[in-house]
Amino acid sequence: MVPRFWRKIKYRYDVVASYCENCGNYYYPQREICPKCRRKGKIKDAKICDEGRVLSYTILDGKCIALVELENGTKMLTEVCGKVEIGSKVRKAFRRYGEESEDGIIYYGTKFVPIESDKKQKA
Amino acid sequence: MRKVAIVGVGSTEFGELWDKSFRSIFLSAGLSALEDVGIGGKEIEAIYVGNMSGGKFIDQEHIAALIADHSGLAEFGIPAVRVENADASGGSAFRQAYMAVASGIHDIVIAAGIEKVTDANDPMEVLSTAIDQEWERFIGADLPAIYAIIARLHMHRFGTKEEDMAMVAVKNHRNAVHNPRAQFRKEISVEDVMGSPYVAEPLKVLDCAPLSDGASAVILASEEVAKKLCDDPVYIDACTQASDYFSIQNRRDILTFDAVVRASRKAYKIAGIEPKDVDVAEIHDSFTITEILAYEDLGFAKKGEGANLIREGETEIGGKIPVNTSGGLKACGHAVGATGIRQIVDLVLQLRCEAGKRQVNAEKALALNIGGSGATAVVTILSR
Repeated sequence: MVPRFWRKIKYRYDVVASYCENCGNYYYPQREICPKCRRKGKIKDAKICDEGRVLSYTILDGKCIALVELENGTKMLTEVCGKVEIGSKVRKAFRRYGEESEDGIIYYGTKFVPIESDKKQKA
Repeated sequence: MRKVAIVGVGSTEFGELWDKSFRSIFLSAGLSALEDVGIGGKEIEAIYVGNMSGGKFIDQEHIAALIADHSGLAEFGIPAVRVENADASGGSAFRQAYMAVASGIHDIVIAAGIEKVTDANDPMEVLSTAIDQEWERFIGADLPAIYAIIARLHMHRFGTKEEDMAMVAVKNHRNAVHNPRAQFRKEISVEDVMGSPYVAEPLKVLDCAPLSDGASAVILASEEVAKKLCDDPVYIDACTQASDYFSIQNRRDILTFDAVVRASRKAYKIAGIEPKDVDVAEIHDSFTITEILAYEDLGFAKKGEGANLIREGETEIGGKIPVNTSGGLKACGHAVGATGIRQIVDLVLQLRCEAGKRQVNAEKALALNIGGSGATAVVTILSR
């Protein structure tokens, strides 16, 4: 079940984090308040890098679910389409998540792909 | 703050209780706790009940008033409240009951936990509502997946082996053999665990606690009342709770449960003891890796060295710090919201020397109840 407000989540389709201008910390998923600075914090949208490394992962029902560490230290739980190991470099990709029903809304969002296999695909 | 004691304990068998209803499971645990202390029930001033998801498991909310009624306590109109903190619901309910007596508001209360999971189509799906639906569940992770990600990094960074995790399950099954209320009263081998299919790599079926039906109840009283009621009250030296960032993606280090570190350090301080003073512990082994992480976060081992305790038999009955003499969640069963109370019941039996063949020599006992992937931790220290 996906809540209706899902479509209202501005950055479901892109990796946009929050950045606190007061302390310089990045947060993903986005936050409305900086847990370090609280009222003094100044939360802004921040585009974060498209590449990261696999910190750890599991294989669940044939799918690779990984915790990816992005360059600024932000961690992101995501599906990786392809074979990876701890430390593998990955980049973000726009992928299908699923659909509400056969004729229903299709959900899209960000997944990651291994950078190596990406090169092979292009070749 | 007053000193608080546990004067009575009771628990149902954990397992697949197909032939019993939610309310009757609760009643049987509650009645055995009352019987244990030898009171009728009229004396009880409040009920605190841990339950994760009556709504999703059996389509029933408002369960505290329901079970108060079925227990015959609606007659007295005492307050009843349900506490929800995923699988730390029981521990959290216990802490609310403890605070109610310690503060002087009530003299004698019941803290219970109950879950009926086998009527649900997919109990693990319900348990996975303990993780972030928007940012973890949505991308396809479930609770075992989160622990699997933690387990793989623990293996990579510290050299923990799948066999080490398997040994946790083997130990807990061995302990359960002599526990009359345990779901799986049979031994398993490391080979059995290693040969069981993957649930979420590297975690296998036999690394995971089952989801069970069951209820447990304990009766708490002020020291003054406790001394009148029984000869062998077990005292609550500390009962602390802490929270952490909800999702592993926001944690400082996914291999440390800061909630466990914080709650346990505070509990040790209040109780005036150190980790080495703990004689017996019931630890939330929802997955085998959870028990290994807990050894480290509770201070029984240094970070990264948790597997050494299981390799060297230190947490076996007869070891330096026996852990999960009940069989733990893995083999005694995990009746989600009841687990935190069930841990207290088993520790009270140990401290009263009523644990039968599982008996260890203990003065100080510790319980750790964890919610979901570690965002909630409740630590209780008991002494006789």
